[in-house]
Amino acid sequence: MTRRSILKYAFAGIAAIVLTLVVGWWQVDGPGAPEQAGLRPVALSEMEFRLTDHEGNEVGPENLIGSPSMVFFGFTYCPDVCPTTLSDISGWLDDLGEEAEGMNVVFITVDPERDTVEAMAEYVGYFHPSIRGWTGPEEEIARAAQGFRARYGRVPTEGGDYTMNHTASVFLFDAKGRFSTMIDYHEPREFAVPKIRRALNRETGGQHEN
Amino acid sequence: MKTVLYGLMAASMFASSTATPVEAGSEDVVVEDAWARASIGVNRPGVAYMTIRNTGDEAVILTGLRTDLAMMPDIHQTSTNADGVSSMAPAGEIEIAPGESVSLEPGGLHAMLMRLQRPMAKGESFSLTLDFSDGGEIVVEVPILGIAARGPES
Repeated sequence: MTRRSILKYAFAGIAAIVLTLVVGWWQVDGPGAPEQAGLRPVALSEMEFRLTDHEGNEVGPENLIGSPSMVFFGFTYCPDVCPTTLSDISGWLDDLGEEAEGMNVVFITVDPERDTVEAMAEYVGYFHPSIRGWTGPEEEIARAAQGFRARYGRVPTEGGDYTMNHTASVFLFDAKGRFSTMIDYHEPREFAVPKIRRALNRETGGQHEN
Repeated sequence: MKTVLYGLMAASMFASSTATPVEAGSEDVVVEDAWARASIGVNRPGVAYMTIRNTGDEAVILTGLRTDLAMMPDIHQTSTNADGVSSMAPAGEIEIAPGESVSLEPGGLHAMLMRLQRPMAKGESFSLTLDFSDGGEIVVEVPILGIAARGPES
């Protein structure tokens, strides 16, 4: 084999790899990616939504950049999953103590019809003081859920009431707003705290890079 | 002929007595670790949890709940699918095999207390009646813990 033909093969090989990577990117992360649940949330810097926190302040994804964040979706008329998640989060925050100081912890309602600013304020008051409750117009909740790749839906119940199905995972982001990982519902507590610690420590990693 | 008839009658009597299963004794049911979460007002549904243990030799079937605290108490099941989406649905009748127990616990089965008649205040308790298919009932006094409670007080 001449040197020229070796080069030719090498070039063809590299071209094939590059093509595979491009096609892969197009299908997985690029414009060719299918819209489906189970995808990772986008970075907070790429999200756009305007909501109101439980103290009446206007908030958006930019409020979550600068410190690590923990975000989850739910609704205050939820008797089982949401108070359980909120008390789990309160427990994780207690376990982490000072380590979690400054972390953004946000509960976004998927039921803005019933979860007004006042309802959110009353509800989050029963849990860890770091937990913030965000609500807002239905379209803005939908935009937020889209960014987090969270899903929700209204389900009528007997007697004319309704309940909400919703993604029950807790999303973790580092201080730069990059998605770190999520804590699934039912995940044992001993896995949750180390995951939060990882999101918290990515902040330190980022600082070292600078 | 008479003897045959008597024989048939005896057989059918025997058959009917064995075909009808001995109704499970709800007196063999033990309820442990009952607790509920406090409510905010009466608009949101309340929730209660417990472990129901069948210490008898026959299966028992829990058919419903009654309490003066809520107009529509019912057992619901929370489930979370592969995409992480949680949903809730009535669980229907619950059969508990002999020697087995069923746990009503956060994220699974729970007594959903719809249409609260009064707020559920932390530190108080309420009576919840469990109805079984044999017509028996068990009255449980359920302590109300804080909204952020994670389990029964040990």
